[in-house]
Amino acid sequence: MDQTTLNFIVVGASFALYFGIAFWARAASTSEFYAAGRGVNPIINGMATAADWMSAASFISMAGLIAFVGYNNSLFLMGWTGGYVLMAMLLAPYLRKFGKFTVPEFVGDRYYSNAARVVAVICLIVISVTYVIGQMRGAGIAFSRFLEIDIELGLYTAGFVVFVYAVLGGMKGITYTQVAQYCVLIIAYTIPAIFISLNLTGNPIPGLGLFSTMAEGQAGAGQHLLVTLDGLLTDLGFREYTATTNPWLMALYTLSLMIGTAGLPHVIIRFFTVPKVADARTSAGWALVFIALLYLTAPAVGAMARMNITTTMWPAGIEGEAVAVDELPDWFETWQVTGLLGVEDKNGDGRIQYYNDANPDMDALAAERGWEGNELVTFNRDILVLANPEIAQLPSWVIALIAAGGIAAALSTAAGLLLAISSAISHDLIKSVFNPSISEKGELLAARISMAVAICVAVYLGLNPPGFAAQVVALAFGLAAATLFPTLMMGIFSKRMNSAGAIAGMLAGLISTCLYLFLFLGWFFIPGTASFDSSQYLFGIPPTHFGPIGAVFNFAAAFLVSRATAAPPEHIQALVESVRIPRGAAAAVDH
Amino acid sequence: MSDNSDNNAYWKANLRLMGFCLVIWALASFGFAILLRPLISGIAVGGTDLGFWFAQQGSILVFLVLIFFYAIRMNALDKEYGVDEE
Repeated sequence: MDQTTLNFIVVGASFALYFGIAFWARAASTSEFYAAGRGVNPIINGMATAADWMSAASFISMAGLIAFVGYNNSLFLMGWTGGYVLMAMLLAPYLRKFGKFTVPEFVGDRYYSNAARVVAVICLIVISVTYVIGQMRGAGIAFSRFLEIDIELGLYTAGFVVFVYAVLGGMKGITYTQVAQYCVLIIAYTIPAIFISLNLTGNPIPGLGLFSTMAEGQAGAGQHLLVTLDGLLTDLGFREYTATTNPWLMALYTLSLMIGTAGLPHVIIRFFTVPKVADARTSAGWALVFIALLYLTAPAVGAMARMNITTTMWPAGIEGEAVAVDELPDWFETWQVTGLLGVEDKNGDGRIQYYNDANPDMDALAAERGWEGNELVTFNRDILVLANPEIAQLPSWVIALIAAGGIAAALSTAAGLLLAISSAISHDLIKSVFNPSISEKGELLAARISMAVAICVAVYLGLNPPGFAAQVVALAFGLAAATLFPTLMMGIFSKRMNSAGAIAGMLAGLISTCLYLFLFLGWFFIPGTASFDSSQYLFGIPPTHFGPIGAVFNFAAAFLVSRATAAPPEHIQALVESVRIPRGAAAAVDH
Repeated sequence: MSDNSDNNAYWKANLRLMGFCLVIWALASFGFAILLRPLISGIAVGGTDLGFWFAQQGSILVFLVLIFFYAIRMNALDKEYGVDEE
C-alpha cells in the first residue's frame, strides 16, 4: 500500500470519528449550542481549549520557527502560554460567573450600552475572521500536501467537515470533536519526537533530551546537544543557537502575544462551558498542561531536526567533504518534489555545500574550498516537523498520523473561531440588538444559519486570501491586546468604569493599533501604500509588537473619559460586585 | 453591611494573591528568560545557561505551577470567606 492511500485511510478514519461524535453531541438548545450546556468537565475543557488554541501554525510551523532563529523565537513559546496565567487570574473566572454566552454580551451588559456591544462585535469579527483565514488556508495546505489533492478541493473538504459537526452540534459538538482532535494531534507530534530524541541523546523525553548530552555514535558524542548545535551552526556561518539580540523588543513582543492570547474571544468562550467558577480557574491550568505537552516538545523537535539536517548535509563534519548529490537520503528526494527542500549544485562538484553565504566571514573559507554559494537553496521551516518521521525512519503509519494531526490542528482552531463569530452574530446582533423578541427556537436556527454562512465566508476567503495574509495575524493579536483585553479587565476590576470610558478606550486601542500597522505595512495592507518604512519605526518598535502600546492607549483613554463623566448606575456596580464572588454561579446558568 | 465588607475583604485577598502570582509570572518570563538573562548566565544548565532554559521550558513550567497554585488558594479563600459555590 503506498503512502498516499495510507494517509487517506488514517485521515478518513479520523473524520469518521469526528462525525460520530457530532451525531452523538447534537445541540438541542441555545445553551448547548453556545456553551455546551455548561456541563463540560474542567479537564475535558482544558483538552478542548488546547486543541482550540493550537493551530496548524503551532503544529506544523512552530518547531521550525524556533529552530531557524534559536533563542530569540522562544518568545512564541512564552507569549502563547503566558497568556493563560492572565486568563486564569484576570478574566476567566469572572466572565464565567457573569454566566452569559459571548464576549460582546459581557461588554454590552456591563457597560449598559448597545454601542459598546456593537464595537465589541466589530473587534471580535475583525480578530476572528483574520485568524480563520489562516486556519482555512492551513487546512487546505495540509490536505493538499498529505493527500496529494488540490488546495481548492482541500478547502472544500475542510469546510464540509467543520460544517457537519459545527452546525449540528455548536459548542457541544465542537468541544467533543476538539478533544478527539487533541488526542490525534498530540500523538502525531510526540511519537516521532520521542524516536528522534532517543536516537540523538538516548533520552526518550524530547524536552529533557534537548538539555542532554549526545549519545554514542552521534556527532559530538558525550557533549551537550546545544553545545554541539551551537558549534555546528557557527562553523557554517549561522548565528549561534542560544544567542540574544535585542532583549527589550523580545520582551515587548512576548507581552504582546500574552495579552493578545488572553483577549482572543474564541479561547475566552471555552471557559463559559464549565459548570463552576472554580472549574474555570483549574480548567485554564489543564489547558496549559495539554498545551505544554506540545510546547515543551516543540523546541526539542526544532533543535534536533535542525541538527539532523545539518549533519545529513555534512556527514563527515564541516572539515570533511559535503554530502554527495547521489548520497542524499530518500526523504530528501520526496520533499524536494513538494518544493519545501531544494538543492542546486552551483560549483558543479557533485556535492551539496550548505552554509550561510550571506555572512562575509565565510567568504575566505568558501574561496579556499571552492564553494560558490549555499547549495541547499530551499529549506522551508515546516519541513522540520513534516519530514520528522522519515528522518527518524519511522514506519509509514506514523507519517499518516502526522497528516491526520496537522489536519486536526487546523480544523479544531477553525471550528472554535467560527463559533465565536457565529455566536456574536446570532446572539449579540440578532438577539440583543435587532430582534430581542426572537424565540429560543428561532435563535437556535439563527445560530445554525450564522455558522453556515461564516463557514462559507471562511472557505471563500481561504480560496481567495487577501494579499496581506501574513500581516493580518499580527493584526489579530494586536487588536485582541489593544481592544478586548483591557475592556474586559476594566469591566471586572474597576467599578467606576462607565460606558463612555469603555467605548473611548476600545476606539483608542482599535484606532491607534490600526494606524500604526497601516502606516508601516500599507493602508489596509495594500502593498506600496505604506507611509514609512521599517527604519523609521517609533522607538524601533515593529508593528507586530504594538499590542501592549495600544492597550496602554485603551487604558488611558478609558480612565480619562470615565473620570470626566458620571459613575455607572447602581445596578451595574452591583453587577461588578457579584461577578467578583463565585457564589451563585450555578443560578446564572439559565438566563 | 457585614456581608458587603466580607466581600470586600475577599476581593482584597484575591488581589494580593493575584499580585504575588503576577510578580512571579513576570520574573520567570520577562525577568529570568529575557532581561535578567545576563545576570544568571553564569549558571550552566544542560549545555547552555539558565536564562535559555527559562525561555524554552522554565517559564512554561512556572506558569503551570502558578495557575494551579492560584486555583487551589482561591478555593480555600472562597471557603474562608463563605463565597464558595454550593
